[in-house]
Amino acid sequence: MAKAPKSKAAAKAPKSPAEDTEFVLHSLQEELEKKQRFDASTDQMMHFYEQMLLIRRFEERAGQLYGLGLIGGFCHLYIGQEAVAIGLQSALDGDKDSVITGYRDHGHMLAYGIDPKVIMAELTGREAGISKGKGGSMHMFSTEHKFYGGHGIVGAQVALGGGLALAHQYNEDGGLCLAYFGDGAANQGQVYETFNMAALWKLPIVFVIENNQYAMGTAVSRSSAETEFYRRGTAFRIPGMKVNGMDVLEVRQAAEIAFKHVRDGKGPVLMECETYRYRGHSMSDPAKYRTREEVQDMKDHKDPIEGLKKVLLENGAKEEDLKAIDKDIRKVVSEAADFAENSPEPEASELYTDVLVEEY
Amino acid sequence: MAIELKMPALSPTMEEGTLAKWLKSEGDAIEIGDIIAEIETDKATMEFEAVDEGTLGKILVEEGTEGVKVGTVIAMLAGEGEDASDLDAPEAAEVDDVPGEGKDVGQDASEAEITKPARKVDVKDPEVPHGTNMAKVTVREALRDAMAEEMRRDERVFVMGEEVAQYQGAYKVTQGLLDEFGPKRVIDTPITEYGFAGIGAGAAMGGLRPVVEFMTFNFAMQAIDHIINSAAKTNYMSGGQMRCPVVFRGPNGAASRVGAQHSQNYGPWYASVPGLIVIAPFDSSDAKGLLKAAIRCEDPVVFLENELVYGRTFELPELDDHVLPIGKARIMREGSDVTIVSYSIAVGLALEAAEELAGEGIDAEVIDLRTLRPLDKEAVLKSLAKTNRVVIAEEGWPTCSIASEITAICMEEGFDHLDAPVTRVCNEDVPLPYAANLEKMALIDSARIVEAAKKVCYRD
Repeated sequence: MAKAPKSKAAAKAPKSPAEDTEFVLHSLQEELEKKQRFDASTDQMMHFYEQMLLIRRFEERAGQLYGLGLIGGFCHLYIGQEAVAIGLQSALDGDKDSVITGYRDHGHMLAYGIDPKVIMAELTGREAGISKGKGGSMHMFSTEHKFYGGHGIVGAQVALGGGLALAHQYNEDGGLCLAYFGDGAANQGQVYETFNMAALWKLPIVFVIENNQYAMGTAVSRSSAETEFYRRGTAFRIPGMKVNGMDVLEVRQAAEIAFKHVRDGKGPVLMECETYRYRGHSMSDPAKYRTREEVQDMKDHKDPIEGLKKVLLENGAKEEDLKAIDKDIRKVVSEAADFAENSPEPEASELYTDVLVEEY
Repeated sequence: MAIELKMPALSPTMEEGTLAKWLKSEGDAIEIGDIIAEIETDKATMEFEAVDEGTLGKILVEEGTEGVKVGTVIAMLAGEGEDASDLDAPEAAEVDDVPGEGKDVGQDASEAEITKPARKVDVKDPEVPHGTNMAKVTVREALRDAMAEEMRRDERVFVMGEEVAQYQGAYKVTQGLLDEFGPKRVIDTPITEYGFAGIGAGAAMGGLRPVVEFMTFNFAMQAIDHIINSAAKTNYMSGGQMRCPVVFRGPNGAASRVGAQHSQNYGPWYASVPGLIVIAPFDSSDAKGLLKAAIRCEDPVVFLENELVYGRTFELPELDDHVLPIGKARIMREGSDVTIVSYSIAVGLALEAAEELAGEGIDAEVIDLRTLRPLDKEAVLKSLAKTNRVVIAEEGWPTCSIASEITAICMEEGFDHLDAPVTRVCNEDVPLPYAANLEKMALIDSARIVEAAKKVCYRD
């Protein structure tokens, strides 16, 4: 196709998304379909297995502690969704990249290898918690790891993530921001305000919709006109990807493709990871909006941990090695729970600290 | 080792519930994740999942039992190599822990240990050296110069907002910044307040120093969630890990004939939020000195300007680095008979009133609060101790206002010094009307301040 000659100045000016005549929503999806799963070594797979299992066991224990009244307020468990955080975060450049998410945040922190003790102690509201007991389940952060929360307002993390991406671009540090949100948050207006600016300014950000099929108790088909969430960037010319979020190797492969696109300066990517939460929205979920059979079917046929275990065994991993991992993790989680249960609450003098940074 | 299965709580407030149904029987093998029972309260039903594996031993609470206390042992679970049928119920297990309150390993809250935030004392505006040239500068120019100086000083500082770059600012406050600093640091945003307030707050969390301009603070209503929930609270919720050094600035309060939706003072709204700094300057010197301080500040700042004051000219000391302390009021006029406390545009009205009162033999002291949070209550109380009378002049609604706050402080901490009731002079308690006559009636003016001051001096 012959193109009109451009003036030198016009050629130099960065192309706005609207000028990109070659934009194809599916370009990255097609790349993923060519090769769907990441070529992980057995060691890498063992590590994924271990990390996912840690999240699973940690969350089960958190649910138990909640039931015993040791964890208060809201507590949103990540059980069933483990492959999303592990597949994506294993592909990050830990020195440069940032992550932000909503209130279902325990798994994303564990994916960083943050000590389960300080996470569990935050859940129980103790001094040793990662937020000194002042944040709780929904408000945890680790600036050391460039993990920026842990946000309780549905969808707020998307715009904040846009800001983190702006900082990466401004500082030219080569980093990208990974901003997670759910299918529920995907209906918030600020998500689209952020999509617009992220595409317009070509911000280095990967938007990840963890579609666990229910916004609290409302099924996606009851809340969303467009339930193919990866298409929702189309209006902003953001390429979309639809990923099986129950397969850690597929998530990891998608991460490789998306991160490369973003690091090449081509702007944001919208990735929908189809996943499923086994537990209620929060611990006080009445579980009346879905059948027990539906949940059991997911557990029996789609479980991310069992799925990877199968691949591992096919690749020659030994059953007893996997059992040994399980045993170790149980110990780690038990220790975390004991620590969280027996650590002191914050001192009264902490009440007024950290309100402001400076004195006036 | 045998494991006790205890009645779980569905919420921190649940104390008891009904054991609706057992889904497993004694002797059944239990895998992790199996649903063992259904628990009901008046609000919800919960599935009780196993977190340990083993064999279900004795069921100690029959299904259908109501009023089962949280923490009661409802069944026993035998581990590997144990005989499930052998397991006995634990001896009258007492429930020591109060659900929702955690175990009794906490600290006792003692009043004595609670340290209120330290306030810097004896902080004064820096001395202006004798012989410093006093330039005549508009508030608009003072604000622009503050941003430009801070942008020269610190690469991390940038400005974003609607029409701040090519258009040179909807009210021309950012005039010339694009030319000097380029589009990377002077960013035109789409009309998308919630979105760019979030991006600004996020950029601050990521280590930058954003100055986010709202065309007016009326539009910041769409963004107030990020100002309060994201910017103000994160430092606390993170136990001091997360910084958010962002400045949200723009015109606030009534402009002229723009009707109710464009005419509101948000000072009291933001000043009620712990974690925020709220500044509302009046003249050019304070606008510049405090905006520079706000940009350098590690805390999130709401910086409230006033459109009707932008074009006014005031004296401004020509100094290399004119930075003023946050959190300190300024005595604009000394007096001994009555204290008029004010901020922003109403300071001008208070000064006019003071002139008129002087003509009637009343010597009024005028205090400009400058910072609304943290509020310099010491300055107010000190002046009250001297004059024994306080009038608050505020361009804004009276209900739950800064004036209400000052009144409360005077009552709680200055009561013994009061010779007359503390009196508020505010706008009328209505949405601001458009019609010129009604608008004038609704807004504070100097005549009303004079009237109130005379009343508290018992001179009416």
